[in-house]
Amino acid sequence: MTIRIKLDDKSEDRADSLAQGLLGTPADRPEGHLKVTGAATYAADDIPGGCAFGVLVRAPGQGALTATNADDIRAMQGVLAVIRDPRMVRNSAQGTANEAPVQGVDSAAYTGQPIALVVAESFEQARHAANALKITADGPPGPVDPQAVEPEGEPDGQGDLDAAMADAPHSIDAEYTTAGHSSAPMEPHAAVAAWDGENLTVRASLQMLKYNRNELADCLGIDPARVRLLSPYVGGGFGSKLGISAETVAAAIAAKELDRPVRVVQHRRQVFETITRRSETRQRIRLAASSDGRLTGLGHEALVSNLPDESFAEPVTQASAFAYAAANRLIGERVARLHRPAAGSVRAPGEAVGVTAFECAMDELAVQLGLDPIELRLRNIPEKDPQSGIPFSSHMLAETLQDGAKCFGWQGRNPAPRQQRDGEWWIGTGMAAAFRVNILSEAEARITLTAGGALVETDMTDIGTGTYAILTQIAGEALGLPADRVTVKLGDTEYPPGSGSGGSWGAASTGNATWLAALDLRQQLASMMECDERDLTLKDGQATCGNTTRALSDLLGGDTLTGHGHIDAGKAFEDVRQSTFGAHFAEVAVNDITGEIRVRRMLGSFAAGRILNQKTARSQCHGGMTWGIGMALTEGLVHDRRDGHIVNRDLAEYHVATNADVPPLEVHFVEERDPWAGPMQSKGLGELGICGAGAAILNALHHACGVRLRDMPATPDRVLGGLERL
Amino acid sequence: MKPFDYLRAENTAAACHAGAGRGAAFIAGGTNLLDLMKLEVMAPGKLVDVTRLGLDRIEEEAGGLRIGATVPNSDLAADTRIRRDWPVLSRALLAGASGQLRNKATTGGNLLQRTRCPYFYDTDTPCNKRTPGEGCAALGGETRNHAILGTSEHCIALHPSDMAVALRALDAQVEVQSPEGNRRAYDMDNFYCLPGDTPHIETMLEPGDLVTSVFLPAPKGDRQVYRKVRDRASYAFALVSIAAVIRMEGGRIAHAAIGFGGLAPQPWRDIEVDATLTGTTPSAALFDKVADILLQGAETHGGDDFKIPLVRRLLPAVLEEATA
Repeated sequence: MTIRIKLDDKSEDRADSLAQGLLGTPADRPEGHLKVTGAATYAADDIPGGCAFGVLVRAPGQGALTATNADDIRAMQGVLAVIRDPRMVRNSAQGTANEAPVQGVDSAAYTGQPIALVVAESFEQARHAANALKITADGPPGPVDPQAVEPEGEPDGQGDLDAAMADAPHSIDAEYTTAGHSSAPMEPHAAVAAWDGENLTVRASLQMLKYNRNELADCLGIDPARVRLLSPYVGGGFGSKLGISAETVAAAIAAKELDRPVRVVQHRRQVFETITRRSETRQRIRLAASSDGRLTGLGHEALVSNLPDESFAEPVTQASAFAYAAANRLIGERVARLHRPAAGSVRAPGEAVGVTAFECAMDELAVQLGLDPIELRLRNIPEKDPQSGIPFSSHMLAETLQDGAKCFGWQGRNPAPRQQRDGEWWIGTGMAAAFRVNILSEAEARITLTAGGALVETDMTDIGTGTYAILTQIAGEALGLPADRVTVKLGDTEYPPGSGSGGSWGAASTGNATWLAALDLRQQLASMMECDERDLTLKDGQATCGNTTRALSDLLGGDTLTGHGHIDAGKAFEDVRQSTFGAHFAEVAVNDITGEIRVRRMLGSFAAGRILNQKTARSQCHGGMTWGIGMALTEGLVHDRRDGHIVNRDLAEYHVATNADVPPLEVHFVEERDPWAGPMQSKGLGELGICGAGAAILNALHHACGVRLRDMPATPDRVLGGLERL
Repeated sequence: MKPFDYLRAENTAAACHAGAGRGAAFIAGGTNLLDLMKLEVMAPGKLVDVTRLGLDRIEEEAGGLRIGATVPNSDLAADTRIRRDWPVLSRALLAGASGQLRNKATTGGNLLQRTRCPYFYDTDTPCNKRTPGEGCAALGGETRNHAILGTSEHCIALHPSDMAVALRALDAQVEVQSPEGNRRAYDMDNFYCLPGDTPHIETMLEPGDLVTSVFLPAPKGDRQVYRKVRDRASYAFALVSIAAVIRMEGGRIAHAAIGFGGLAPQPWRDIEVDATLTGTTPSAALFDKVADILLQGAETHGGDDFKIPLVRRLLPAVLEEATA
């Protein structure tokens, strides 16, 4: 049987009364040893016998394409095929698309689009032949400058922002820009496809298998039931593996055509072009405030870009809809239709760049008001969602601000800029709030219980986040089993469909489904013990009801019990506003000669409901804060101004933060139970750490040296420009 | 990558002989060459491995130190003699690349590394350095990391090395063996070529010429500073770097040799800068004046405009530190 819940209302917390003591602990990842010893098989690691190797070829320009020497290439040593198939995809599918992205190879919508696959007996032969394939593009490039086209879309308004701005004694009207970002996961996109008759199996590096299966089937024009996807380990995704991608589709087509397995691994330079990028943004932020620092007007308008027929628009203002109270509001995005590589979800789409710019503007207002920036935020916490009027499920901004301030040592800070110097370096501190919407996505999980222990199965993925660990803990806690008696199997479409990893929803969604599967088993065990499930205590493999205690192995004998959990979002995600909250603090040093910035320390205080695993949760926040450093200081896609292609498409030139850029990062959790978030009362945490982190750094930059930088990344040349203008 | 032959040379003469063949290239650490071969920006038909030639030693000689061409950058940076007497070299090395790359990269290879101009790496865009006469996509393109001194209308690519900037300020010599067995040495001042209308020719080396060692003369200045400005704290090429070797006598600058990175197609040095400093008393006005001298012929391209104010701030700071 199945326990199925649609979350329309609050849920009762059950986990706090469970006995095993596993949930919430900093448990190790059960698969950690496999990963660090190289034994975990990532997508490209398991090469079947008879496998051929494919390499994608990029379009050198835009417009109609001609391959002028394909026959010569086919004659090269080892070459098996030059494939230009109309089913190949232009770019990765958007997250949860559930259908094929734009397909076709006859023309290129952007420079760098994958438009052919060369397959050979060896990878080296395939790459050499791919390099030799001559493609000509006949079209002039389409528009590539976001400011040179008329954008689509209009912001939504409430009240009269212009009037509020005119009337306010204090106001900010500033334009911020952020550069485009690449997910740049450590594992490049890869697939090994093999057909058995009309049935296809692909080992791939994907985040959301239940959607990816339908997307791939739609690309190929076959029944999804004939497609099996395997992604047991994924070396980072950050949104770039949400949708089916070019190498997976091409590998499937080639494997069918050649009637043998085909592996396609994208080169790092291809990853930068074929996956979806985070759009660059241009954000106009307006704040009107009374003299006591209460917002009367709030404007957040963003210009983003994407290809003409991509549905995704970076939701820059997503959190601005509910972050702060203000009667007069104007919020929303406009999209410039450009012929740059496709834009899509990249870690914390929307809030990553939107909260960051907005929290910089809040700092500007605090300085203008002469008000402590924490106090400014405290004065503007809304009592209910300011746009829709619905209540918050919980609101932890004040708690995280206060906790963070205490731990960071904010009290007593001299707010005046340019006060502290260490040799050539100006020293300053800054803070920002963090917001990220909480989303729950439909998920299922199955647990099989035998005398030996529990087996959890779902097609959910672990993209480095810790899914194996937390599902082990949830099942172990609910069933009274130590971690070593729980096995978790993920990343196989043969298993019940989980939520997939994305939107920070994996842990809460699939975690709740796992809890429900365990609850199903608890009810079955209770009936075997002839007691009510709520009177059943499960701990260390023992079942206790009243005065009766029996070992599970004794109770089950040779039997196998199966529990099935199924959760979906309902009115609990419509009638209340669900968000996670946090506060970032940073201390930076700014070199007065060179404009270089070094982050000296960072601290984040976060609230995201129940923390399922202290260690993996902390790691998620470390990762997010590190992204914040990159966004604020170093990362940015550079597009050629003539044809929009990404110029810096390797990890030497696209600057993610290195270890030397990352100081000690301190993470605090303010634990809460959010009953609206589901039975586990946990909310998504993965992306919260990035939201606003960069603002704390840029606000600290201003405090250190007096330069207010509104263009990210704040590279030395930009800081230098600010220092020269002071 | 294009198929190639691989030969592990047993001695220097054999290496030079093999390296003189058409389409041959020497390989040591391979940290740059292998990347370029995968992209077929470079596609040698034969690789001659020079890592077993006994060129991996650092030896004291009359008047200085001889550094074998295959001494890894990490070993060179850590050498106690280098750290004591030529610290600017150690610091320059440690400011470059990443720990993993420095473990593999060699002295000779570092000197000969190719530019990081993104259009050089992109075989779908024209590049005169890659294919002479094809044109230059950097001109009119993205130019944040390009050269502002010593360029031509055919090429504005930068030389990316940190080590070579220090070597130039230290008056090092590059020792070369030819396929005929002749040995010769180039001053760092004469080793590199400016792009002119032949940007594909980067050094004085002829086919088969093998860099065997770098000779480091006794330091002429005890005050040595290396400053590198970069986009992140590690693993980033210089926006601007400066190597200063200074000797002070009685409050005056008795010797000045200033090398510059991030500004030119080769590790840069301006004899007028050095001459203007030499024999004078340090002052802010003097430092501003030499910055003017250095930049008098500078041509920027938009993205690299910032290098002018950056040099004007950085050079006085470095000179102040080195003369204080």
